[in-house]
Amino acid sequence: MTILGILIPISVGLGLIGLLAFLWALRTNQYDDLEGDQARVLFNERDQPEE
Amino acid sequence: MRDAATISVPGGCCSAGLAATVASERLPRQDAERWARVAGGGTASVDLMVPAIRCAACMTAIETELGRLAGVISARVNLSMRRVRVLYDPAAGSVAAVMARLTELGYEARPFDATAMAEIDRDSVGRDLLARLAVAGFAAMNVMLLSVSVWSGAEAATRDLLHWVSALIALPAMAFSGVPFFRSGLAALATRRLNMDVPISLAVVLSAGTSLYETIHGGEYAYFDAGISLIFFLLIGRYLDHRTRASARSAAAELTALSARAATVIGPDGVPMMVAIEDLAPGALVEVAPGERVPADGRIETGTSDLDRSMVTGEASPEPVGPGAEVHAGMLNLSGPLRVRVTATGEATLLAEIARMVDSAERGRTQYDRWADRAARIYAPGVHLVAVAAFLGWLFATGDWRLAVTIATAVLIITCPCALGLAVPAVHAVAGGRLFRRGIFLKDGSALERLAGVDMVVFDKTGTLTEGRPVLISGPTHGDPAWPMAAALAGASRHPLSRALAEAAEARGSAPASLDWVREVPGSGIEGYIGAGRVRLGRAEWVGVERGEATAVWLRVGDADPVEFTFEDVVRSDAVAVCDALRARGIGLAIFSGDAAGPVARVAAATGIADARFAMTPADKLAALERLARDGRRVLMVGDGINDAPALAAAHASMSPVAASDVSRAAAGLVFTGERLEPVVFALETARMARARALENFGLAAAYNAVAIPVALMGLVTPLIAALAMSGSSIAVTLNALRLRRAR
Repeated sequence: MTILGILIPISVGLGLIGLLAFLWALRTNQYDDLEGDQARVLFNERDQPEE
Repeated sequence: MRDAATISVPGGCCSAGLAATVASERLPRQDAERWARVAGGGTASVDLMVPAIRCAACMTAIETELGRLAGVISARVNLSMRRVRVLYDPAAGSVAAVMARLTELGYEARPFDATAMAEIDRDSVGRDLLARLAVAGFAAMNVMLLSVSVWSGAEAATRDLLHWVSALIALPAMAFSGVPFFRSGLAALATRRLNMDVPISLAVVLSAGTSLYETIHGGEYAYFDAGISLIFFLLIGRYLDHRTRASARSAAAELTALSARAATVIGPDGVPMMVAIEDLAPGALVEVAPGERVPADGRIETGTSDLDRSMVTGEASPEPVGPGAEVHAGMLNLSGPLRVRVTATGEATLLAEIARMVDSAERGRTQYDRWADRAARIYAPGVHLVAVAAFLGWLFATGDWRLAVTIATAVLIITCPCALGLAVPAVHAVAGGRLFRRGIFLKDGSALERLAGVDMVVFDKTGTLTEGRPVLISGPTHGDPAWPMAAALAGASRHPLSRALAEAAEARGSAPASLDWVREVPGSGIEGYIGAGRVRLGRAEWVGVERGEATAVWLRVGDADPVEFTFEDVVRSDAVAVCDALRARGIGLAIFSGDAAGPVARVAAATGIADARFAMTPADKLAALERLARDGRRVLMVGDGINDAPALAAAHASMSPVAASDVSRAAAGLVFTGERLEPVVFALETARMARARALENFGLAAAYNAVAIPVALMGLVTPLIAALAMSGSSIAVTLNALRLRRAR
């Protein structure tokens, strides 16, 4: 069961990465226009997120 | 967006957008600019609401077309919020130009108020909730994962280790994510009330405490997973509730005054200057150009013109006015420049009087109990009683403190209103989204709840049941030589009757005759000459005939017999269908109008509404609604004029079209866009479906509790059962709410 000492930190760490990624996306306005963004990926023009 | 074909054809799916070109009032140029805000680097930005944006093709069309406009640096569409943000160089571009281009493209645009918009952009409450939700979600998933190992049979040291790791993740997460509940629960206790957040906070704190105690003493059961997922589910409900209110607020920001905020005052030296309306003093001389609204109550000093009073009194046909006539703020000057001596400002104006009536009507309206509040009032004390009973019962039966506390905690967790906390917000959010997609803006959840209970609809006439603009209903036969003459004269004026006549002539394909010169005689009509022959188009008296009943203009070529063109403010294209649909649902109908008996009777006959009242003042409307309320009717008021505002505020529920006066839109619970009346039926249907879903959700929550509480009281709730029951009921409630989305 000593393997738990490695596996638990790994699983928690992965979860933390996900959490931080979400908070980063939230802070950089990536959740402001979900409907628009799901369509924008289909267009060819150069496109950058709004500041 | 689901269909790739719609994307390759720009504008392909937006024929609705093109058709939605609304003959809305033109914003004077300097007026539009005040919506802009400084964006730094010498640029300015403006946010426009464009309800007709429906698909990805609209998005690209608008962005590329606006991008080509002179002075525009960038245009960015927010498809979810139906907004466009335009960044431009104020030296080269203007808000007016952007709006004009959008109108050409077929999209009606309205500017957002800049300060309100900045508020919405920040949305600090929403961000805060979302961050707490994310932390709770992260912790809940991880603790759940660890719990699965415990449930599948981890023992002794392994179980203790898993419990400790759970505690390490769950406790800080509970402390951070639970803050909204702790805060609101404490606030309620401070005023000696109980709300839903008291049992929630208690359950969270108790579950954390007992679980920690169990963990330290190597116990078998720890409820970390239940405590943190409780917070997670409830935060989802909280966030949905916030989203509903936030989107309503962004719609309300657009509702801020479109009317002029400044007036042109003629100084004693005859020099005109711009003065803010708040700074107007009685005695000031104000110039009102054709196409502008009168800024304050007053008396006409010089000038003759026609006034469109429909927003103020509900009277559909414009009235000629001359020196000495009394005018009120909000009336639209149509044909000639007027100089108005201000007699009343601020508190003394008709508008201020209306605002006071709106205020007192809102205060007088019985305090509305929201569905969730009603449920919470029954529920919160019940939960506490059951938990205390469980604690005392087990304490007396076994004398074991630890067991009694553990069971009381289990009762609190299992009865805690996860499903209840989600039941109403989920329904509101889905219903609000459904309305939003149809261009109907909901002010808040309670407006929807009120709408669901409506059993009678009262319509205003002018601008609500009717289009609020005249349309030609009879004239000379097709091919009559009067047509080209009339077309030529009518084309020279901005008077609504002239515009309607020019439109009708164009529809009949008669090209305007060429006249030598044309001039508009304010308050009378338009005069033109062909050589020495005079042609007149205007009021009956002016061309030398007796004035009749109907709204009409007369054309007289030289000394020939005058030709009559009659107009009517036509009923909206789908008004009859809407009235029939409402009647079919067993809803009573009535018309409350400020207009005269004749026009009201015509509209009543067309729509088949028996209860049509005319010549009503704002106070009459208010009193009539209060009488209806005393008789137990729950009335939906639909109106647009300034004179409807008190009635809108007093009615059980209220709706107003987006073209309505500012006070009305502010007083109404729902605002709908477009030229049709059909949103009234759609909103009513949606509200009723939402009520059905919410009741079902309460039913689901009650059924779940009926099963769960006895089990918890018997002390049979293991952490596994608690987790399953809680997630199960929350998901069931959410899925039930989502059924609204797909309904018909």
